[in-house]
Amino acid sequence: MGVVNREEGGVKAGRSPEQLLYARVLDWGMKAGLAILIAGFAAYLAGALPVQVPLEELPRLWALPAGDALRESGAAAGWNPAAMLDRGDALALAGIVFLAGVSVPCLLLLGLAYAARRDWGYLVITVALAGILTLAASGVLVAH
Amino acid sequence: MPWWAWPLALFLVCFVLGMLAVPAGIGGGVLFVPIVSGFFPFHLDFVRGAGLLVALASALAAGPSLLRAGLADLRLALPLALMASLGAIAGAFLGLALPTAWVETALGVTILCIAAVMWRHRQSEYPDVARPDPLGAALRISGVFHDSAAGREVAWRVHRTPLGIALFAGIGMLAGVFGLGAGWANVPALNLVMGVPLKVSAGTSGIILGIADSAAAWIYIHNGALLAMVAAPSVIGMMLGAFIGTRLLQRLNASAIRRLVVVLLLLAGVRALAKGMGWGS
Repeated sequence: MGVVNREEGGVKAGRSPEQLLYARVLDWGMKAGLAILIAGFAAYLAGALPVQVPLEELPRLWALPAGDALRESGAAAGWNPAAMLDRGDALALAGIVFLAGVSVPCLLLLGLAYAARRDWGYLVITVALAGILTLAASGVLVAH
Repeated sequence: MPWWAWPLALFLVCFVLGMLAVPAGIGGGVLFVPIVSGFFPFHLDFVRGAGLLVALASALAAGPSLLRAGLADLRLALPLALMASLGAIAGAFLGLALPTAWVETALGVTILCIAAVMWRHRQSEYPDVARPDPLGAALRISGVFHDSAAGREVAWRVHRTPLGIALFAGIGMLAGVFGLGAGWANVPALNLVMGVPLKVSAGTSGIILGIADSAAAWIYIHNGALLAMVAAPSVIGMMLGAFIGTRLLQRLNASAIRRLVVVLLLLAGVRALAKGMGWGS
């Protein structure tokens, strides 16, 4: 192994159409997620929407374990799309949720591309990955 | 100290960490968790949740250009990311279930081990893979990348794929338990175990991280271990710092930065260990 000319190597270059498709969707999603994160956090700091926990009470909560902080604040764990539209602290998390979820559409599109090429092994891997991430995002797996 | 001083300080610290992380060749998460948990008043649960998101955001930001340049490889990343994601989810559950002092102590030991690994820094630019293993060959994990420093095309393939897949399940678990990005472990596993060239190892590590850390992040989110006032300044500060760090890359002495990072890790590791063991409290 090691240094070879492209022609001598007998292997494909690393930039397959599937890889470029994944890169394109990931790039779009990452930029959109960061924009949503910055805008949502700015709106939270500016007090554009009512909040469940007043900002000056946060130091009492952020020193507690997550479970205790939830109980003290009365907030619900996880993410709720409806709350993101009418609560500042939930809106501030919208960008985080977007960034955490951006890999799922990338993987689904990749799965379609592998299916079109009849690359069944990688179709199974991408669908399994998308399924695991979706399951994790749904909250079904969360321990009580 | 007014309440807003802590998020502001967090933003500034993350900005500096982001600047250091790029020339040091590491993700920001490995610095973020021990330093922020050691020196800020936030509970470790929120720091680990934010740490995963910091590592995730950095990996997502770098991913597209690495994939386009052929410095990251999807066929290599996907099977490893599958195992790393399962490990990361299990690790997140474990980390949230264990007593904080245990996690803090284990974090201290892990960070000191990472500092030792970084100090030794034994990596191979172009590992020798005499024969690909059957699984790697069946999955057609191989490629060619253009090494601009060497000015030539480099072909690569992998060996020990089953061992690599098993290792990534363990690495994912560590990432989930501690909220660390796992680039510090991904790169040696890809490079030294599977025989992937160093540059492709570093690039592909980011793609694996971007998937596995999101799996663990969801568990933290659904357990309430995510505060916007901790996570948002961290992610924004780290991203802006990394943006500047990328531009400073040519001007800074990378090995000096790397030594500085090792010293920071040693300090943060000792601090985490001391907190976990209850020394000085």
